[in-house]
Amino acid sequence: MLSRLTAGAFKKVASFGASRSSTLFSGSRAASARFASTKASSSAFESLANSRAAFASASLFTVGSIAWYTHLYGTLPFVGKVHASHLSDEGLHPSAYPWSHKGPLDSFDHASIRRGYQVYREVCAACHSLDRIAWRNLVGVSHTADEARAMAEEVEYMDGPDAQGEMFQRPGKLADYMPAPYPNEEAARSGNAGALPPDLSLIVKARHGGADYIFSLLTGYIDPPAGVEIRDGMNYNPYFPGGAISMARVLFDGLVEYEDGTPATTSQMAKDVVTFLNWAAEPEHDERKQYGIKAVIIFSTLFWISLYVKRFKWGPIKNRKIFYNPPNNTH
Amino acid sequence: MSLSTGIYNTLFKRNSVFVGTIFAGAFLFGVGFDTATTTFWERWNKGKLWKDIRHKYVTDAEE
Repeated sequence: MLSRLTAGAFKKVASFGASRSSTLFSGSRAASARFASTKASSSAFESLANSRAAFASASLFTVGSIAWYTHLYGTLPFVGKVHASHLSDEGLHPSAYPWSHKGPLDSFDHASIRRGYQVYREVCAACHSLDRIAWRNLVGVSHTADEARAMAEEVEYMDGPDAQGEMFQRPGKLADYMPAPYPNEEAARSGNAGALPPDLSLIVKARHGGADYIFSLLTGYIDPPAGVEIRDGMNYNPYFPGGAISMARVLFDGLVEYEDGTPATTSQMAKDVVTFLNWAAEPEHDERKQYGIKAVIIFSTLFWISLYVKRFKWGPIKNRKIFYNPPNNTH
Repeated sequence: MSLSTGIYNTLFKRNSVFVGTIFAGAFLFGVGFDTATTTFWERWNKGKLWKDIRHKYVTDAEE
């Protein structure tokens, strides 16, 4: 509000206030004060602000800022660039699939998580680790405690040292984490022609496009189009950035046999394993959405209450009328 | 005695009763709100939750 007034207006008002005792209601003073904000002013501040020196220094400052920014960051924001690359280098954009957990109120499909774990264990686990998931995490999500304990006991873990200082092997417990297929990164690379199979614990969060991307990648293997050279040991997948991926297509119809009788087609297995990996990346997903429902209800109620209280308190103040009864001008 | 006077005399008049009303009300609201949202969640996601498929895998020894 104040910024809309010119410096001259303040001066006028000040002089008006100083002289109000003598000439409070004389017409000419009142009129000049009233139109002060629309009249041209000749204050020293305005003449400085409109001067050529001000224009020149503002221009210099602008040019300097742009030069400094370009020097520091290389490019300017919001300015298009010319790329000497092709869109296929970015990978094909995945379609949006109607996941059973897509909506803000939708939980994971836990039967699908269970099938997806089976696919992971029988197919993916040959190369990919799942470091951040322990056997106990499956309990109450896709398996009962007894099932998870039985699965853990099939794996030997190194433990120790014992009383003699020796390390020893023991069957797994619920608290143990999923066994990795390779002891270290070098072993994983040498077993896969130099390519490191990424850990799958957070893969859905770690890839642009999330679950849609993983599903598209698993089901998107095709022959390379004419003109695209794929080296030996590499495979063509349009969804993978660059097109050439070291992982071959692994999901084929009927590869696993689901215990609940679901037909194990390629897309069914891909959907199940992506649901499982999405759960692995976001184990808090279901609880988070339940809290979300509560939070939205509570906070939107509080918001409307606060609006009501504001209007309740301000109503009398905003609706009051202030009357000014001028004294009879007779003296 | 009108309804508002009755509420005032029973709940608001003494500060100790007033504070007790707030605490008890918060507790009861919390329980009720929890139950309501959980019921909605389980109805909305019927068939997808672990509790809906658990019976297929639990053996008799556990129950």
